[in-house]
Amino acid sequence: MTMKKIQDKYITYGMVVIAYVLCEILMRTGIMSSHIKGLLVPMCYYAIVAVGLNLCVGILGELSLGHAGFMCVGAYTSALFSFAMEDVIPTVPRFIMALIIGVAFSTLFGFLIGIPVLRLKGDYLAIVTLAFGEIIKNIFNAVYLGIDDAGLHISLKDMSSMGMDPSGKILINGAQGITGTPSDANFTIAAFLLLASLFVVQNLINSRDGRAIMAIRDNRIAAESNGINITKYKMFAFTISAAIAGTAGVLFSHNISTLTATSQYFGYNASILILVYVVLGGIGNIRGSVIAAVILYLLPELLRGLSDYRMLIYSIVLIVMMLFNWAPKAREFREKHFAFLNKRKEAR
Amino acid sequence: MATMLDAKNLSISFGGLRAVDDFTIKIEEGELYGLIGPNGAGKTTVFNLLTGVYKPDEGRIILGGKDITRLDPVHKNKSGIARTFQNIRLYSKLSVIDNVKVGLHNQFHYSTLAGILHTPSYRKVEKEIDERARDLLSVFKMEQHADVLASNLPYGEQRKLEIARAMATEPKLLLLDEPAAGMNPNETKELMETISFIREKFGMTILLIEHDMKLVSGICEKLTVLNFGRMLAEGGTKEVLGNPEVIKAYLGDD
Repeated sequence: MTMKKIQDKYITYGMVVIAYVLCEILMRTGIMSSHIKGLLVPMCYYAIVAVGLNLCVGILGELSLGHAGFMCVGAYTSALFSFAMEDVIPTVPRFIMALIIGVAFSTLFGFLIGIPVLRLKGDYLAIVTLAFGEIIKNIFNAVYLGIDDAGLHISLKDMSSMGMDPSGKILINGAQGITGTPSDANFTIAAFLLLASLFVVQNLINSRDGRAIMAIRDNRIAAESNGINITKYKMFAFTISAAIAGTAGVLFSHNISTLTATSQYFGYNASILILVYVVLGGIGNIRGSVIAAVILYLLPELLRGLSDYRMLIYSIVLIVMMLFNWAPKAREFREKHFAFLNKRKEAR
Repeated sequence: MATMLDAKNLSISFGGLRAVDDFTIKIEEGELYGLIGPNGAGKTTVFNLLTGVYKPDEGRIILGGKDITRLDPVHKNKSGIARTFQNIRLYSKLSVIDNVKVGLHNQFHYSTLAGILHTPSYRKVEKEIDERARDLLSVFKMEQHADVLASNLPYGEQRKLEIARAMATEPKLLLLDEPAAGMNPNETKELMETISFIREKFGMTILLIEHDMKLVSGICEKLTVLNFGRMLAEGGTKEVLGNPEVIKAYLGDD
């Protein structure tokens, strides 16, 4: 590993830490409006899931449109745990356990879905991951789960077919989701988890496994002839990517009081939105994903006052970002004037 | 000298086309062996059979006394066959040194967790990997390009990098698929020197496919000629190139 790569890694961490400190100061001094305060945690989880998706799209080179589904798995499993254990376990250990459970289940789903899906390539893989994402969302939309003295009751039909005692507690109420999850997440936790996922992904890229994954991306046949187990590393990268999306899901569900599997948050639209962050931030550019997620998440929210012109400005920003990132002239300009930031590295 | 590669009666058909028919080759340790033939004769298919990209319909492949006929490319490589490709297949978005490090993948180990946490064992092994990769690059006189993107290298250097990457997997047998394709005479000459050099330095056994007769007659000790999937001739370089059948296959009847 060269000095340059090491430096690069710390620039990303530094950026997140500085942004965090700035936001904290603004919050503490009361300058920040409550509207913006409410955007901080979502900003972080979208940045996290963008980093996770970039591992899949930019580093492994496989286009996935199902990451909102993995987010959904992490959100539901962890929220279910927190909701069920709300009165039993104190906040801090409960959130840690919920995080572990959410990540574990999204890892498991990533692994299981990866087995059939990674046999496909390119567009086909994108279509199938999209389908799996929708399936996950729709299943969570249909599940009824409750607990009473007789134990757990589950149904995919309606509430009455669960056959539950009226005194029992409803955990998942079909399309109305989980109501009353404890809001354990805050901006500090979110920023920490963002740093943690950056740590995992950036360190992974600079390791033996990361090189193998990028080798598969660049040339599968050559990687095979170099003795690299293609299936193993594809599964590995995809699973880690799903786990990181699950982390974002845990933050999501612990930041709101009612969790529903709506297509706004967990449908293919959300997956595409995350992909937009990745593409505009630069495919394979981890720091770019964070920056793009933050800007593109905050922008439409901050422009709410402009009502009709909101989406117009948003789309212009999308185009400008695309040009700034990829147009040859813009890259030249950047290399000249932003050499100290040097976003596109020599070797990545 | 021990036999390095002993492939017997290899055959494979694609649909109705018998691409390679009853191909037999025996390479002694340390030998530099050439495989030549007109376009479409099945030379690359032979390489694909030897490296496990295709499984032969018939025949056996024995490398250093072990039967490796049915192994997949990954395990073929692990058992000691490395190759380069006719159309260069580098990891274009990785740096030159990272390309070599990918070749070193199975030579150095640390756990995935150590890799993610960057533990002391990671640092130690990465340092060894880095040193070995730089050593290899300096053998090929490419150390000054270490941090350049592989796709930004000049053509001749890309070919050399592919050989360096193959050598990184520590093979017993190196297969070179048209290493001089597209090179100018100077580059070809330099390549010949490189091949001779790695052969002496590492005692490498090499099988190469080539069209450049100057290169073939310059460095190969033995030749096998393929034509329409069948073996036309084999033996010492001089006698094979003097064989009227071979001349006919290459130049046609008069």
